Amino acid sequence: MIAETYDVAIVGGGPAGLSAAIELKRRGVEKVALCERGAEAGGIPRHCGHPPFGMREFGRILTGPTYARRLVAAAAATGVTILTKHAVVHAGPDGLLTVATPAGIQTIRAARILIATGARETTRAQLLVPGVRPLGVMNTAALQAFVYQEGRVPFRHPVIVGSELVSLSAILTCRSHGIRPVAMVETEQEVQARPAFFALPRMLGVPVMTDAQVLAIEGSPRVTSVRLRLAGGTETALACDGVIFSGRFIPEAALVEASALALDLGTGGPVIDQHGRSSDPNIFAAGNMVHPIETAGHCWDEGRRVARVIAAGLANAKDAEPDKTPGRRIIAGAGLKYVVPQRLTPEGKGTAPTLNLRALGAARGRLILSDGSGTVLRTQNINSAPKKPIRFPLAGLDLAVDSSDLQLRLEPRP
Amino acid sequence: MTAFGDPVDAVIIGAGIVGCAMARRFSLEGASVVVIERAPDILSGASKANSAILHTGFDAPPGSVELQCVQAGYDEYMQIRKDFNLPILDTGAMVAAWDDSEEGRLPELLDQALLNGVADARLLSRAEVLAREPALGAHVRAALLVPREVIIDPWSAPLAYATQAKALGAQFRFNAGLLSARLDGRLWHLELPAGTVTARSVVNCSGIHGDTVERILLGEAQFEIRPRKGQFIVFDKAAAKHLRTILLPVPTARTKGVVLTRTIFGNLLVGPTAEEQEERERPDVTRPELDMLFAKAVELVPALAQAQVTAVYAGLRPASEEKHYRVHSLPEKGYFCAGGIRSTGLTAALGIARHVHGLWAQSQAASGKPTVAPQTFTLPNLAEHLPRDWQTPGHDGIVCHCEMVTGREIEAALGSPLPPGDFGGLRRRTRCAMGRCQGFNCLARLASLTEGRLSVPIAPEVDR
Ligand SMILES: Cc1cc2nc3c(=O)[nH]c(=O)nc-3n(C[C@H](O)[C@H](O)[C@H](O)COP(=O)(O)OP(=O)(O)OC[C@H]3O[C@@H](n4cnc5c(N)ncnc54)[C@H](O)[C@@H]3O)c2cc1C
Ligand SMILES: Cc1cc2nc3c(=O)[nH]c(=O)nc-3n(C[C@H](O)[C@H](O)[C@H](O)COP(=O)(O)OP(=O)(O)OC[C@H]3O[C@@H](n4cnc5c(N)ncnc54)[C@H](O)[C@@H]3O)c2cc1C
Repeated sequence: MIAETYDVAIVGGGPAGLSAAIELKRRGVEKVALCERGAEAGGIPRHCGHPPFGMREFGRILTGPTYARRLVAAAAATGVTILTKHAVVHAGPDGLLTVATPAGIQTIRAARILIATGARETTRAQLLVPGVRPLGVMNTAALQAFVYQEGRVPFRHPVIVGSELVSLSAILTCRSHGIRPVAMVETEQEVQARPAFFALPRMLGVPVMTDAQVLAIEGSPRVTSVRLRLAGGTETALACDGVIFSGRFIPEAALVEASALALDLGTGGPVIDQHGRSSDPNIFAAGNMVHPIETAGHCWDEGRRVARVIAAGLANAKDAEPDKTPGRRIIAGAGLKYVVPQRLTPEGKGTAPTLNLRALGAARGRLILSDGSGTVLRTQNINSAPKKPIRFPLAGLDLAVDSSDLQLRLEPRP
Repeated sequence: MTAFGDPVDAVIIGAGIVGCAMARRFSLEGASVVVIERAPDILSGASKANSAILHTGFDAPPGSVELQCVQAGYDEYMQIRKDFNLPILDTGAMVAAWDDSEEGRLPELLDQALLNGVADARLLSRAEVLAREPALGAHVRAALLVPREVIIDPWSAPLAYATQAKALGAQFRFNAGLLSARLDGRLWHLELPAGTVTARSVVNCSGIHGDTVERILLGEAQFEIRPRKGQFIVFDKAAAKHLRTILLPVPTARTKGVVLTRTIFGNLLVGPTAEEQEERERPDVTRPELDMLFAKAVELVPALAQAQVTAVYAGLRPASEEKHYRVHSLPEKGYFCAGGIRSTGLTAALGIARHVHGLWAQSQAASGKPTVAPQTFTLPNLAEHLPRDWQTPGHDGIVCHCEMVTGREIEAALGSPLPPGDFGGLRRRTRCAMGRCQGFNCLARLASLTEGRLSVPIAPEVDR
């Protein structure tokens, strides 16, 4: 079989993949293919029938589907080859992509590959939630696909498990479709998004229960109740006809795993450097695949930045053989779930990145960046909700002086 | 009260693995059959949740009916599987010993295997074990290798038996739990929620309700079902690279113990537990046991510490107060029972069906009916290591991306001779929504694709 050849092949047609594709074309890269496994490109926003999307990109607030359509139209207008129903099952070190299409298995060859396959929410199974397994248990994204894409209401009185931003999105989705959530249950001690946001459930009469454990999901064939142990230790059963497991995003990393790229246990996505380059110098990654999870605007911006690096690399003949030095590792130390990027390469000096990190639990205290000898290079005080993204700028630091591992840790406030 | 047609030769109660195989055998031998199943689909009881191992019988009690049925079932599966396109994953099994006392028991297990006719079983040294399975915990001591134990597709096999029975004229009635029964001279009248069926004999294959059904039919039961729950964790596909061979523990009197094995769908499975419980309708998963299984998996293969969980589930074994199968009959009443098929039924079903049909045939006055032409057809392949539909051009796109299930496969299942009655049935026929995202991407689409076509819909309401 003869492989179709491209300069860059992008895997995943969400905000990150689409913005990268557009930027590549703008920078004169000739042949750009975007493989999207779904019937349309647009990614998760396609079924988020609510705002806010698009502020950064289009200067106005849009709903997800409108935003997705605009991004796709912009990509098509710049001449990106958008290949829908193209699921990439393997990305080889030689720039070969194996793609499942309705016409069978096809091969695409590209000088550079960008993986932007997004993230998904953790399932009930992964959380090892006890009980039986009735119909009516799903993630927020599935609920949104039900109501916004398929025009169906899967339940009327669900319990929402989780208290991240997306959990609030679940409440809004419910309310706009005549669904009345029974309660919002958080297993951690405190809500995971900014506390002020929880005026919303309170206003809507949805009780928020923190530090509550799900003892069992009951019902057959559909959910009839959820048994809980509440913060004080009392047990209770909430009658309901559905359960929404919201948040706890993990990268859609099947392709990364199948392709044997180095994985970071903290993010669950590929190890990348500040340019988005993975352990294979020709394969890049961007979007929620590398940091579960940020807003669409953030992913869009990141897609653009990685595209600039790729375009520059392709344009500059002497850089065509990319730098393969491993660079300096950045390790997520005590109190941190992950730090992105996980490596700093000397290439493109001067573009000192901002680290993107997440704490394990509440993020209160002092972030400390140190080098291999233990010397403290920079500190920063933080105080934010557990699942809120944290930024740690490296600007102004000269990190090229040695190659020892950098470590970032969180010293909790006493 | 509606009567469903003329009296048939046999009513088979329960469409688990055993009932499906029974329907096939009776139909092949020319008997007219109605299968009644209380659930909306086949395989809704113990048969939906097992370890999917096709056993050789190496550890079965010598001389038992179970051993005979396991071996007959194994052989018949191997004989017919190509006709139906039923897969095997040729793994072999190892009974691994992890300490002195377990190691000391291996020779006696080998003797039992040889006595049971499993002539190729042999002992492996620690070095041989580790050469075969380098990812095993270093404290492994030795193992008994049973080369012919293999993995099968636990849902397509019984589906093939049932579909063949249907092609031969067997009728299937779902949502048809037995309510009461009356024996009138030589005819059984079985009352179901939507009518009655009349038959010259009854074959009880009702699994977890074997004793209840026997009591409904005969007024009393010779055995008592003692449900024994088995919980499982399914790891994501990336974990499957760590193990080739089925890893069995040295068995105890109560259970075959916790197994670590690949599945034919490309995952890795750890389980089952063995927990006695009263409750018959609630195969729930529980946290301490799932944590124990996870820890056990990591103890056996340390690299699994980082493995992602794809699914958790539990099945209730129809065990009884005794260890052996509860296969018996009252020929004068036209009553036959294949009960208490607790932990080897997937393998033994074809053998049990032959055995029970033999009892039935003996009781028939006439020399029996002529056997009929077998009617074979191929089932869609769901095994990960064999060509799947998504690899074949001309499908209209993939609906479930984790398990790579095409729209064409969903449509084929919905239009098949024995279409699914509920979402579980669709999952078992196609693998849809069984993967790592558990429907994050495809559940809503599946609700639309199956609209009006499942007796229990995925989502109850439509809002347009
Ligand atoms: C319920 C919900 C509500 C949200 N609400 C908001 C909001 O109001 N505002 C906001 O800014 N953000 C919101 N977000 C977050 C936002 O959707 C994400 O940040 C954004 O979509 C991430 O973009 P991405 O390109 O990284 O990935 P995605 O949007 O996830 O896109 C990834 C794409 O890759 C495709 N893909 C995956 N694997 C393959 C493969 N192997 N081959 C081919 N294609 C593949 C997928 O089909 C998908 O289209 C919400 C998210 C959710 C789940
Ligand atoms: C955890 C576990 C692991 C196992 N692993 C293996 C393995 O690796 N290899 C192997 O060979 N075997 C294995 N088994 C054993 C095998 O799964 C069982 O032996 C087999 O499923 C029993 O099948 P059955 O048809 O007798 O029962 P069931 O599958 O329970 O079928 C009985 C059917 O009868 C129906 N029914 C009940 N009452 C009525 C009524 N009143 N009217 C109408 N219908 C009724 C039920 O709904 C059900 O569908 C395992 C079992 C378990 C639980």
